Amino acid sequence: MTVMEQRGAYRPSPPPAWQPRMDPAPLLPDAEPYRVLGTEAAAKADPDLLRRLYTQLIRGRRYNTQATALTKQGRLAVYPSSTGQEACEVAAALALEERDWLFPSYRDTLAAVARGVDPVEALTLLRGDWHTGYDPYAHRVAPLCTPLATQLPHAVGLAHAARLKGDDVVALAMVGDGGTSEGDFHEALNFAAVWQAPVVFLVQNNGFAISVPLAKQTAAPSLAHKAVGYGMPGRLVDGNDAAAVHEVLSDAVRHARAGGGPTLIEAVTYRIDAHTNADDATRYRGDAEVEAWRAHDPIQLLEQELTTRGLLDDAGIEAARQDAEEMAADLRARMNKDPELNPMDLFDHVYAESTAQLREQRDLLRAELEAEQDDQEGDLR
Amino acid sequence: MTTVAVKPATMAQALTRALRDAMAADPAVHVMGEDVGTLGGVFRVTDGLAKEFGEDRCTDTPLAEAGILGTAVGMAMYGLRPVVEMQFDAFAYPAFEQLISHVARMRNRTRGRMPLPITIRVPYGGGIGGVEHHSDSSEAYYMATPGLHVVTPATVADAYGLLRAAIASDDPVVFLEPKRLYWSKDSWNPEEPATVEPIGRAVVRRQGRGATLITYGPSVPVCMEAADAAQAEGWDLEVVDLRSLVPFDDETVCASVRRTGRAVVVHEASAFGGPGGEIAARITERCFHHLEAPVLRVAGFDLPYPPPMLEKHHLPGVDRILDAVARLQWEAES
Repeated sequence: MTVMEQRGAYRPSPPPAWQPRMDPAPLLPDAEPYRVLGTEAAAKADPDLLRRLYTQLIRGRRYNTQATALTKQGRLAVYPSSTGQEACEVAAALALEERDWLFPSYRDTLAAVARGVDPVEALTLLRGDWHTGYDPYAHRVAPLCTPLATQLPHAVGLAHAARLKGDDVVALAMVGDGGTSEGDFHEALNFAAVWQAPVVFLVQNNGFAISVPLAKQTAAPSLAHKAVGYGMPGRLVDGNDAAAVHEVLSDAVRHARAGGGPTLIEAVTYRIDAHTNADDATRYRGDAEVEAWRAHDPIQLLEQELTTRGLLDDAGIEAARQDAEEMAADLRARMNKDPELNPMDLFDHVYAESTAQLREQRDLLRAELEAEQDDQEGDLR
Repeated sequence: MTTVAVKPATMAQALTRALRDAMAADPAVHVMGEDVGTLGGVFRVTDGLAKEFGEDRCTDTPLAEAGILGTAVGMAMYGLRPVVEMQFDAFAYPAFEQLISHVARMRNRTRGRMPLPITIRVPYGGGIGGVEHHSDSSEAYYMATPGLHVVTPATVADAYGLLRAAIASDDPVVFLEPKRLYWSKDSWNPEEPATVEPIGRAVVRRQGRGATLITYGPSVPVCMEAADAAQAEGWDLEVVDLRSLVPFDDETVCASVRRTGRAVVVHEASAFGGPGGEIAARITERCFHHLEAPVLRVAGFDLPYPPPMLEKHHLPGVDRILDAVARLQWEAES
């Protein structure tokens, strides 16, 4: 056979290893954020659930205003308020079973509290007397996480471990729109999808990463669309519609528990307050935008639904407010006491078994403290 | 009397056995990383584990070091004992945020409620002709992060004993494997029951009265060779193998330096900001009045790791160690 004949026998074909892996169409999010309140879907919502969500929303808003007030009184170093985002916070807590795990970011104090974490212990990080005040195992709430998106792989690993052990535990991980740009967001979603881990990712798209708007964060059609690249479903929901967020989260949790794998949910919401009390939001956004979102308030939306349908009356509203006031009064009273600090605690938990070097340093600090005390006693005499 | 010839095991084989024994002893032990399953790892340290224990216990992960360590954190939160393999020293850097911000801090952050018993195996160091990013000595980064243990074996027996101890530890351990010693053999007998070595104890590898070479990992055999060569020059050198950089065994190091009065710290990592500075400072603080000469360092130069054809000029070798020993102010004694 001549070279030309050999060449003629060659038939180009598609790449041999290539095969379509999955039809992406069912993974795509809806074009519009899913809504329940004020739509026909609301009639199917459980009235008891709506009332529970309402009570928690009122509490959540009050918690935010109380915590913000505590920063002004110097009781908290800083507080990242979630006012305007309470529907996401509350629905995240209520969509989970007791055995499930929540992985909150630093703005998700409300979700931790709604899941049962003590309101004062939830603020330990922000008061500054320790980094985490609550026992993560008591309510299965991971420590509030400050480095963005780094807690997402933890949620994946925990869910994966639970499944390996045969437990039907689901992990819900919370992150903001800014956090979706982090590498850990990508790695967590990829691992979750490859492992088919029972995880739900809830992105609260509140419009801003401190001052940077979403348009400077991503060119994706929506954050929910990012799911498709990982091979998991993406869902888009009105983040101020507590009933809708709860429904979408519950569906995803059920899907994950049944072995269906992870879901990415983008909840479209808005941060009404500044990033924290230390931020000045007027430098990067206008009043008109904020006012438009105030008119789409999660509490008003649910209150309207409940009162229109006769599921909530003035007495019910008053009772919810009273409940929130009691919570706030208790928070105030307990936060107005100085925390008990023991500097020697600094050395107790670095390692399971302390090192010789740490024991030496512990002795040094103890001696300093004793000398300080002697000085003070000397002054008194 | 007849001696039964036992085929000596390499350090890599001892590490494999440590992993296998740990997995057999405790179902919570999970091995994970890039290529650790079917392939058995690029250095074959996880060889056979996926077959023996299943892919759920020895898992090929996606290629993402932060994701590997980040998911290991979550697994440890749920009661597992992940043993993570970072394929090469320089490929472990993407996992630094997880390591520094979470692995090292979680126990402390939660007042001891959420310990993270994770072992992070990292092949490290040069001398194997590796191209760029395959020969780094990254121990100083780990040492500078409170909350981690940093361990590195130099013998086959220690490779087994220290890895078992690392996996059994309730604290996170960065386990640095000197990759140029993977194929080394010594007197360790794989047929005999192996011992678990306590973390945090240095050992005197060679006794001597003139000066102490303080070293660890890949530089231990180099120092042993240097000590042999020094004998011919009339210097009687002691060699201390640290084995554990964190916790640091001040006791063994200082006892040796107090005996000899002279010390040279030897490591591959760059001198500036490297472990040697910390060690020299600790010796000076504790043994100043026993010292006959300043503590010297023989270390890698302060440059990015050289290309393989030039690495021999960078790595501390016998001659450079002997030159340092010669500068230990011996004339004062005569």
